[in-house]
Amino acid sequence: MHVSKDKTGLYGLMAEFDSAQGIVDASMKAVAAGYSKMEAYTPFPIEELNDIIHKKRTNLPKLVLFMAFCGMMTGFTLQYWASVIEYPMNIGGRPPATWPAFIVPSYELTILFSALTAAIGMLALNGLPQPYHPVFNVDRFSLASSDKFFLVIEAEDAHFAKDQTSSFLQSLGAKGVYDVAE
Amino acid sequence: MAQHVYAQQSATTLEHPVIGPGQDYESITEVVSEIPLGKRYPFGWIIGLLIGLAGLGALQLAIGYLLLKGIYIWGNNVPVGWAFDIINFVWWIGIGHAGTLISAILMLFKQQWRMSIARFAEAMTIFAVACAALFPLLHTGRPWLAAYWLFPYPNTMGLWPQFRSPLIWDVFAVSTYATVSVVFWIVGLIPDLATMRDRATSNVKRVVFGALSLGWRGSARHWHRYEVASLILAGLSTPLVLSVHSVVSFDFAVSVIPGWHAAIFPPYFVAGAIYSGFGMVLTLAIPIRSFYKLEHLITMKHIDNMAKVMLATGLIVAYGYGMEAFFGWYSANQYERFMLWNRMTGPYAWSYWLLIFINAVLIHVLWFKSVRYNLKYMFVLSLIVNLAMWLERFVIIVTSLHRDFVVSSWDMYSPTAWDFMMFGGTMGLFITLFFLFMKFVPMISIFEVRTLLPEAKVHVPHGHDTHGSGH
Repeated sequence: MHVSKDKTGLYGLMAEFDSAQGIVDASMKAVAAGYSKMEAYTPFPIEELNDIIHKKRTNLPKLVLFMAFCGMMTGFTLQYWASVIEYPMNIGGRPPATWPAFIVPSYELTILFSALTAAIGMLALNGLPQPYHPVFNVDRFSLASSDKFFLVIEAEDAHFAKDQTSSFLQSLGAKGVYDVAE
Repeated sequence: MAQHVYAQQSATTLEHPVIGPGQDYESITEVVSEIPLGKRYPFGWIIGLLIGLAGLGALQLAIGYLLLKGIYIWGNNVPVGWAFDIINFVWWIGIGHAGTLISAILMLFKQQWRMSIARFAEAMTIFAVACAALFPLLHTGRPWLAAYWLFPYPNTMGLWPQFRSPLIWDVFAVSTYATVSVVFWIVGLIPDLATMRDRATSNVKRVVFGALSLGWRGSARHWHRYEVASLILAGLSTPLVLSVHSVVSFDFAVSVIPGWHAAIFPPYFVAGAIYSGFGMVLTLAIPIRSFYKLEHLITMKHIDNMAKVMLATGLIVAYGYGMEAFFGWYSANQYERFMLWNRMTGPYAWSYWLLIFINAVLIHVLWFKSVRYNLKYMFVLSLIVNLAMWLERFVIIVTSLHRDFVVSSWDMYSPTAWDFMMFGGTMGLFITLFFLFMKFVPMISIFEVRTLLPEAKVHVPHGHDTHGSGH
């Protein structure tokens, strides 16, 4: 069914919407029409859009949990090694391996490692910082961080055909449809 | 289910609006982004910054002379080995706690009113922690040597820190707290920095905000990971903030000094921190909202809620004073009893009774709605609360130390001009940082406030599969 694939230098087609409800409805219809390589851009988080378009949730929490364990072990082994093996000190006859005293730094390092993983992991999984992305070639896209909502169907999508996709996006109630140069 | 919750929330927001009427995405974005993007440097802002810079100059002088001469220029003596340095440290770090409470704990509780004050409350946290961190560093006298007492790094002397000491726990707690607060704040800023980038008219600002926003484009998948990361950071900051002031209280509670060795210290310190922190948020929010005309974003509902949090935590603190007095008597320990008697009738009794008057008596005016909704009263009260919480740390530290077990070692403590200069100097540092923040960073989280608008709520028809597989 792929006709007139005019994709040279084209990243995709971008449709502009005025409302949050508008882009949610449009995304659902685009998914129903069989498009899969697309992305919605919004000025604030709309959690439903990820469920509609990507249908999968991030692995970030598992990564954070793993690093939390690493942080805890780092904290504990650091203190155990320094206080028991490398530099044991007799303080009032107490044993060197005073594990209750080691809880606080272990706890703090657990949180430190997890928080850094949550922040850096989020950026890394998102591929940020990213100095260039084709969507910024569209002038109207600067409103995506203020009050407009954009849906981009990428040229790589199996169902993508420039003219049909463009009229499909128009039919969803888009305020405008723009070519996104690669 | 989600729809149901939204419906309930909008019903409550109608009664007490957390956002003024007649707002839309663009108007919110405009009013906040205009401040950093505009070329206007209001006269009041310049004066404020100059006051801050004057204080910062005094701080540099105070630090310079301290490093030259050593800590004998302060009023600290034996037995009062800890004085202004630790009082100010605890005071500043306590102030920071309200910012984390607002940005993290209230986020977990889905308190929507937090959104418009979270950004600058968090900035307040970071700047307060920066001021706090100066004191323990400088009270060592030679901070460059303190590095190997405090941080576990392999040094040529083969020395390691004493991990059984609460002072080392404090280093871990405070440095983690500072790092996580900065990370949480920066993550929260990214989408708004992208807004600044897209609205900037000058090339310099476009390049600077463009670099700082890391190429954020607001895609659905990015927002999803972003929201998950924010929730995790909030979940981590919550136990963190409770642990930080608990650990600060261990600096005292783990010792055997009468007046310090008390099991009630951790919860009592945490409540006091939040109490003083909300006092500082009010001190900052009340002038800012009128100066920058943000009354529709920081509404009377916010002031009212903060006043209620202050009342609740203030009463917990007052309960703490009651318990301290009770256990001093009930312990039947002559040193504990003497410490309390000395606090109440000794040479520093004025500070104790002033503290009790403010935190256990005056605070009850917050029961009255007419007080909570009166900006002048609230502003004055917020300053009084900040003073009282400073006095609390003075009472705990100085009155416990100055008359200890042996009468021959008793002494009086009085701060010197350098003590005051250092303390005033950190206020200068705080004011400088805060004024720079107000001018150059969007001080209200624009993208979060957008979600408060009714048109931001979306409806997904029933039966549509919106739940992804848990990949």
